[in-house]
Amino acid sequence: MPETIVLGWRQYRLERSMFWRNPSAAFFNFLLPLLFLAGGGLILKGSQHDLDRLVPSIAGMSVMSTTFTALAYNIVYLRERGVLKRIRGTPLPTVSYFGGVVANAVTNAALQIGIVVLAGRAFFGIGWPQSWAALVVFVVAGVICFASLGVAFAHVIPNFESTAAYVNAVFLPVVAVSFYAFDSTSAPRFLQTIADALPLTPLIEGLSGAMVTGSSHLDALAVIALWAALGLYLAVRGFSWESRR
Amino acid sequence: MSETAPAIEVSALRKRYGDYEAVRGIDISVRRGEVFGLLGPNGAGKTTTVEILEGYRRRSGGDVSVLGHDPESRSIRLRRRIGIVLQSGGIYSHVTPREALRHWARFYPHPRDVEEVLALAGLQDRADVRTRKLSGGQLRRLDFALALVGDPELIFLDEPTTGFDPEARRAAWETVRSLRELGKTIVLTTHYLDEAQALADRVAIIKDGRILAIGPPRELGVGAAHYRIAYRTSSGELIEHETDDPTSLLAELTAQALARGERLEELSVARPTLEDVYLELTADA
Repeated sequence: MPETIVLGWRQYRLERSMFWRNPSAAFFNFLLPLLFLAGGGLILKGSQHDLDRLVPSIAGMSVMSTTFTALAYNIVYLRERGVLKRIRGTPLPTVSYFGGVVANAVTNAALQIGIVVLAGRAFFGIGWPQSWAALVVFVVAGVICFASLGVAFAHVIPNFESTAAYVNAVFLPVVAVSFYAFDSTSAPRFLQTIADALPLTPLIEGLSGAMVTGSSHLDALAVIALWAALGLYLAVRGFSWESRR
Repeated sequence: MSETAPAIEVSALRKRYGDYEAVRGIDISVRRGEVFGLLGPNGAGKTTTVEILEGYRRRSGGDVSVLGHDPESRSIRLRRRIGIVLQSGGIYSHVTPREALRHWARFYPHPRDVEEVLALAGLQDRADVRTRKLSGGQLRRLDFALALVGDPELIFLDEPTTGFDPEARRAAWETVRSLRELGKTIVLTTHYLDEAQALADRVAIIKDGRILAIGPPRELGVGAAHYRIAYRTSSGELIEHETDDPTSLLAELTAQALARGERLEELSVARPTLEDVYLELTADA
């Protein structure tokens, strides 16, 4: 057992050093949500009400992009390049390998949430989170949910060239619908229903409660947990170590 | 298990993909310390067979033992003792060969020295370059290095020199020979006849998921065909004889020629090469 943890730690260290050496991945997975935060903050500068909604929305988007988007890209790339197959032929335990890979994504999510919280306090008049405990609960739930959905979604993507198309076909509409439904009181009923059933709006609501309003959102947590269960099931069940020829 | 037990034992191995049967009853026994070649055209079932031995695929039937383990169990203890060079195994773009080897070395209980493995693979000068900047040949040598860093007893090489220039090929052959001298057992798949002939102690020729012939390359040649004596007559006609007794036929032919006062132009005596056997066995009837 300790050996498994040591090897997982080594894998994590390797993933961290590789992440920063790949500038385009670092940009898309990491800096993009922060640019949205800066841009949105400038546009909505006058209205505290809008800023109160912007910051948790960006926090939710950060969780999705550092886990769902990053892992879908990563897994497809490693599968199509044959890296997963090579690793499968070594004595590295599967748990250690995926522990390292997922921990890398989780680190990015945690770093981003940290930056968003600091920026909210420093520039957007939000103050420290109302409930640190609720923040941790929702970030953890969101990370488990979107990380497993990202791994599961990688199974659907047939080759590396089409990864961007597949990922954005999910990421952009989900972000758009969720932001709109969360921000607008006049959103059409069906759009609201769709957004509430997807995992991102519940995550943003939970983060908003934790960071801004102080209200609790157990129903939102339940929706995230359901998606997480589905994601974990599909991630494990459909996993493929090599490209389909 | 004893040291004299075979490294690999396979009996009545079958593998079915849907309606298609890629492997149709293969029996192989690989001795410890030998280089065993699996030779056959593309799609013959070589890679499927090897990937079952490596633990990548589940068999549809038959028995398999690799170093005393069933590879299907995917035991870590077994994977610590084998090294795999895949036909197309990728590596991270943003690490260097030295970093990759150091990382890989940690997976194994008794790894080889990383610097030593870099030298063996001829990668000392490229040890600190990101792998995405390496040439195809250098990446292939890194494949070798990653398979060897755990100091495995049994090494699988799947088409190890495909795409190599002649010089890189000879270097890879030297590596295989030096591994053999260290007492390693090697399973090699190839569709190059000269490679099988140069490296393998024994060869199995596979086609359509079945073994057509198995044995030392030399004996395979003798068993399947005869000596061939060829020459040109004074009128330029090419004459070929096949015989099991080249000595007396040659004496007869040269005596006749001398009696006629002719020369046997371009006289040659050839044993059939593995290539002849291979073409004969794999020719579609």
